[in-house]
Amino acid sequence: MTSNASRSLLLRVASLAVGVTALFGGTAFAQAPQNGGTLTAIVQPEPVTLTSAINTAAPTGFISGNVFDGLVDYDLNLNPKPALAERWEVAPDGLSITFFLRRGVTWHDGHPFTSADVKWTLENVWKTIHPRNQATFGRVTQVETPDDHTVVLRLSEPSLAILSSVNSNGAQVLPKHLYAGTDILNNPHNLKPVGTGAFVFKEWSKGNHVILERNPNYWDKGKPHLDRIVFKVIPDAAARAAALEKGDVQYAVFSPVPLKDAERLAKLPNLKIETRGYEWLSPWLFFDLNVDNPYLKDVRVRRAIAHAIDRKAISNIVWYGFAKPAISPVPTTLGAFHDATVPQYEFDTKKAEALLDEAGYKRGPDGVRFALTHDFIPYGDDYKRTGEYLKQALKRVGIEVTIRSQDTAAFTKRVYGDRDFDISSAWFAAFSDPQVGVTRAYWSGWVGKNTPWTNGSGYRNPEVDALIAQAQGQARQEDRIATFKKIQQIVQTDLPSIPLAELKFFSVHAANLKDVVTHGDQIYGSLKDAWFDKTASN
Amino acid sequence: MNRRRVRFWAGRVAHMALVVLGIAVVNFFLLHLAPGDAAQVLAGEAGSATPEYMAALRRQFGLDQPLPVQFVQYLANLLTFNLGFSFRHGLPVLELIGQRLPATLLLMVASIGFAVLAGSALGVVAARNAGRLLDTAISTLALLFYATPVFWIGLVLVVVFSVGLDWLPVGGMTSVEAGYTGVAYAKDVARHLVLPAATLGLFYLAIYTRLMRAAMLEVTTQDFIRTAVAKGLKPRRIALRHVLRNALLPVVTMLGVQVGSILGGAVLVETIFAWPGLGRLAFEALFQRDLNLLLGILLCSSAVVVIVNLAVDLLYTVLDPRIELAR
Repeated sequence: MTSNASRSLLLRVASLAVGVTALFGGTAFAQAPQNGGTLTAIVQPEPVTLTSAINTAAPTGFISGNVFDGLVDYDLNLNPKPALAERWEVAPDGLSITFFLRRGVTWHDGHPFTSADVKWTLENVWKTIHPRNQATFGRVTQVETPDDHTVVLRLSEPSLAILSSVNSNGAQVLPKHLYAGTDILNNPHNLKPVGTGAFVFKEWSKGNHVILERNPNYWDKGKPHLDRIVFKVIPDAAARAAALEKGDVQYAVFSPVPLKDAERLAKLPNLKIETRGYEWLSPWLFFDLNVDNPYLKDVRVRRAIAHAIDRKAISNIVWYGFAKPAISPVPTTLGAFHDATVPQYEFDTKKAEALLDEAGYKRGPDGVRFALTHDFIPYGDDYKRTGEYLKQALKRVGIEVTIRSQDTAAFTKRVYGDRDFDISSAWFAAFSDPQVGVTRAYWSGWVGKNTPWTNGSGYRNPEVDALIAQAQGQARQEDRIATFKKIQQIVQTDLPSIPLAELKFFSVHAANLKDVVTHGDQIYGSLKDAWFDKTASN
Repeated sequence: MNRRRVRFWAGRVAHMALVVLGIAVVNFFLLHLAPGDAAQVLAGEAGSATPEYMAALRRQFGLDQPLPVQFVQYLANLLTFNLGFSFRHGLPVLELIGQRLPATLLLMVASIGFAVLAGSALGVVAARNAGRLLDTAISTLALLFYATPVFWIGLVLVVVFSVGLDWLPVGGMTSVEAGYTGVAYAKDVARHLVLPAATLGLFYLAIYTRLMRAAMLEVTTQDFIRTAVAKGLKPRRIALRHVLRNALLPVVTMLGVQVGSILGGAVLVETIFAWPGLGRLAFEALFQRDLNLLLGILLCSSAVVVIVNLAVDLLYTVLDPRIELAR
């Protein structure tokens, strides 16, 4: 009964698209952006706060990046581009970094933005309560502000990772005049942020929407192009697909609809699927093998499991092609840091069975060698399907797997706190420097600390720990790259966790919404370049 | 008579307060059995964390205190009618509930009102045509609505009326982009209300239809109806004055049960239609281990149930003078 209705809609949209293509088919190149219009986007789940400096969750970053600017932005190749900092210098010995700040920038309440804001935020937020930055900025011993537009970071040891995390998500600058001397985590401005960004916070109706409006005094003259952005909370995936299909919503990020719906939406003429904009995140999916488990503590068993898994099938079938097989825990998007020569465990069940036999776990009379449990990361069906694949794949080599499910709080406590699991799955963001996102999965200091998204396998290798510490303090990028490659070789030999796939998250946007992805950190960045092609929307 | 009244009310109110307090205590310990806490959820969502960050969160949330201390704190708050603070939302629990209450009331009143009126009417029609084709048609339809999952009805309505026919919005409560005010705003909200209220109402409607039909048929066999027929009253008058009034008792009971669940909201319908109600707030609070908020919603919910129960008892005495308030 629905097919007629949706077919007539399809026809209408299709004929519209044909008309538009006929009119503008020849002039597709470099149109000038048009000003005006309200963008309706989906934010899901609803953010907790709108200030990334105290909460690095994705929904917060998606909105917050429009209200705040970073010191830099990252282009699609992850090179830093000027934002609040017009330029920067790293001393030859790597022991100081100087940022030269843009002049004439004001906070949304009219106060001038100065070096004092950067110094205060670094000392009181990034180094203390920021969820991720304490390691990155830990080597900053002193912050000097010779004038209002210069910030000098003095370091005890070189820390090149800093330049990979100073966008508005990695190191958000807060207005000192509104935060100094207050309880930062409870500051009311966390919920009604005052930034320097292209859009000004207007209202947040809990459970409903967040509204941002164009900043008329934005330092990047001529931008933004949109008058308003409305971020709507739409909790149901099918309703999100319907809202996008109907055009009520023109932009949604972080794989907002189930993968099978994405295939269908991609075919609609009024929508586009975009996988760029997640480069700064560089997510990879993996299985953590609990090395304290009596079976999994044997490296031969861990390698056998790797051989039993067809990573191509995981990418192409389980993830509908929205992934590519991972080679190493450092994703290929990290360029020079990635090591393609690490030991590979090709899909080969015979090899897997031979390794298991060698480890002394022969098949029993029922064909079963031993049984394990699997706890998948409770972030939706895709991860559950990955777990179901694991169950099938390991059954073929004689390992019985029981899948367990739970909510996020129970999952993180089980894996990172109680360590009461055998195999778990998770995805981490590698970020543009392995020091920020990858080493946490292998550093032994994290084991059992009940800190989510750290070392889940329980891997303890003093050599790796030493190399991680060494890479942090190296002044030359070539040296750091060599160290990170050494780490990859070791962890892929010991195999406490099995990298499965480099995930390709996707965004869905209206076909007439242009320049929606211009940065490698776009999903956490600003929509100041986005504009509506009105000639196409009528 | 008067003393009896006072004793009834005093006993009843004390009883109600005890029940609500008991529920609150059970809830407190039950919810603390759930693995993980709010700090862990926040850190999990952040995608990264350090022990210092989590310690700061726990200190802020008061989770670093031993459980008995937290419990005493909670009781002290309750006795001063303070529902506490939701650290996740950065707002007092009472304010959060207040923000969501209008949306919940609107949805519930609309759907239950629709269900009671239409359901009772259908039930009366079915009973008066018992055994005939019309009765079979209504009963079948009611059974169908009752058996179909609510989320499925909701999605089908969205696909047909929003995506396909483009008559009604997909979800939400207002068209914020349009910035309506006054009458235009009310009309806009009404348009957004149609699908969620209908989805929820269709499920309830089925219950009322079946209940009303059964009650009507039962009352019809009673002696006083035969008397009325013998008196020569018109069938229509008998049905409305004599049968309907007596058949309303089970409907009122059911209504009481449903109104009691108002604050719990309708999680599924609110989720599908992105309706900013209390049900979703409670559901999310559970996953986020925002226990202060969840306890607050559950407490208000239990208070409403207790009060509605009392109201239903009172209503019985109005509908049927033979029923008296005990004690």
